Amino acid sequence: MNPIVPMIASTVVAATPLIYAALGETVVERSGVLNLGIEGMMLIGAVTGFATTYATGSAALGFLAAACAAVALSLLFGFLTLNLQTNQVATGLALTLFGIGLSAFVGYNYAGLPVNRLTPITIPGLTAIPVVGDLLFHYDIMVYLSIALFVGVQWFLTKSRTGLTLRAIGESPSVAHSIGKSVLKTRYLAVMFGGAMAGIAGAYLSLVQTPMWVEGMSAGKGWIALALVVFGTWKPTRIVVGAYLFGGVTQFQLFAQGFGLPIPTEFLSMLPYAATIIVLVIICRDPKTILLNQPASLGRSFHSAA
Amino acid sequence: MLKLERRATPSSIMSVASPLLAAVGMLITGFVLFKVLGKDPVEAFYLFFVKPVSTTYGIGELLLKTTPLLLCGLGLALGFRANVWNIGAEGQLTMGAIAGGGVALWFGDSESAFALPLMLLAGVLGGMAWAAIPAFLRTRFNTNEILVTLMLVYISQLVLSWLVHGPWRDPQGLNYPQSQGFGDAETMSILISGTRVTWGIVYALGLALVAWIFSQKTFAGFRMQVAGLAPAAAAYAGFSEKRNIWIALMICGATAGLAGVCEVAGPIGRLQQQISPGYGFAAIIVAWIGRLHPIGVVFGALLMSLLYLGGEAAQMGMGLPSAITGLFQGLLLFYLLAADLFITFRLKRVAPVEVNTLKPPVRAETAA
Repeated sequence: MNPIVPMIASTVVAATPLIYAALGETVVERSGVLNLGIEGMMLIGAVTGFATTYATGSAALGFLAAACAAVALSLLFGFLTLNLQTNQVATGLALTLFGIGLSAFVGYNYAGLPVNRLTPITIPGLTAIPVVGDLLFHYDIMVYLSIALFVGVQWFLTKSRTGLTLRAIGESPSVAHSIGKSVLKTRYLAVMFGGAMAGIAGAYLSLVQTPMWVEGMSAGKGWIALALVVFGTWKPTRIVVGAYLFGGVTQFQLFAQGFGLPIPTEFLSMLPYAATIIVLVIICRDPKTILLNQPASLGRSFHSAA
Repeated sequence: MLKLERRATPSSIMSVASPLLAAVGMLITGFVLFKVLGKDPVEAFYLFFVKPVSTTYGIGELLLKTTPLLLCGLGLALGFRANVWNIGAEGQLTMGAIAGGGVALWFGDSESAFALPLMLLAGVLGGMAWAAIPAFLRTRFNTNEILVTLMLVYISQLVLSWLVHGPWRDPQGLNYPQSQGFGDAETMSILISGTRVTWGIVYALGLALVAWIFSQKTFAGFRMQVAGLAPAAAAYAGFSEKRNIWIALMICGATAGLAGVCEVAGPIGRLQQQISPGYGFAAIIVAWIGRLHPIGVVFGALLMSLLYLGGEAAQMGMGLPSAITGLFQGLLLFYLLAADLFITFRLKRVAPVEVNTLKPPVRAETAA
């Protein structure tokens, strides 16, 4: 079989959790809230998803539980930043540190246990097509749902009325407030959506990619998702393209092994992190790119005394 | 009915009381947690918080773990004060350990008196070099230092892993991923006999004093504080933002690098795959708990060190995962952030308003 096909397929699988996490965070940031807690929510999602699927045998329940657990965590973030108006950067960091600790604590007894990988679906007639079938029609359901999520988020942000409100709040909460839009409610919903997506992204790691629970298994993917949002200049299309590029970078190890390149594995493992830095430099080099695209109120608390 | 009201001036009492409130909140949650896990909370508390420090050896361990937390916390606090979000002290610590450890391996079995001073210097420079990357990228290319410093943590750990698996692996080490053990000339001497605590804690406490003088008594420290509290005022006064970023990151790189080399030249005694159980990240909490004040950071580091010891004791004595430390750390920071609300706001009892007054709505947007 052509070695390129499994490489592309593994790239898609590697990119999928990044798509979920980054698209979720895009909606959060477009509403003007910066949640740096993705890494923590992903880990909670990973351990909850794993534990649920281990107990019930159902991957669907696993993903659902993962989303719910991460939403619970995001509500904590929402309460602190939106109600109590704590510093969003500090609170996001706290969420990540808390998530790392809590997931390691909860997952202590699950380390090393096996769980059935979510199997790719077969579409009668289509999966059987040589090459194309393997390239396009032989993934697990979550891969297809991530595409649907992309279409949904893109439509929501650009075409829907609620999406317009959300973007308005992200640009200027005081103006949106003055015309009667509820800043608090919109931001809460956005934060919860971001939480659910981060939870699903985490469960994808522990139910599809690995599939098992390992302490700290997200290994910076939550942070890479955050970088992807900047890389994609807060636009879903670019973010998804970026996620696939990054998925490719993380799978470079396979490419290198395939071609017998004598590079130590540690250096290959560095690639996604180094690529994140390089990509950020390229995007941020021109301050105008950020100024024009970043939601104007990103990271600022809004206090309505009315 | 209770209502939140903004204070005319931030409360200085609350700013000191809030870490204490946070600690109480953490303890209450811990109490409930132990109860839920089916442990006797009183006994668990004794095992977690008292027993580890009930012996001289225990006190030594407390100070030993305080050293890297304090060193990293001091550097981070200075940066956070100036709104420089370096969260990669863990990476700077790792690089310090690599640089210092490299010098130690170069000296080998030599008895040279220069070995240790040069190691410490290399550690400091290694940490600074690693912190120079985000400083350069932020000042030259406007790149967010949060993400860059964090990515560099992963990269530094992979560099270390490569070194101890490859070029620096001990040939007699039975294939363990670790370097040769350092000789006496490359190891810091013990401060209190019968314990493992080294002179590192003395350096750290000395640096806390230096940091206090720097932030309170020097113009550079004042500039950084203004930049953090009122960026617009700092810009108007002509304080260079770039200089502040460089100073903040260089100082933290230096202290974190020193922390790293103190670990490998102290309790560890060689290079190995894991140098720190997340001291660089825990130091973020240390800095906040310590109110970003050098003296406060000392207490924050002691508390965090106790949490590490308690986690280890809980693992040995109660069969609980030592990850409980991370859980407590996260809780502490959450409670602190919530309690900090009362520095700028206060609760006020208000009578329900009966008449609908035609007051125009007041809006305020506050910078985070």
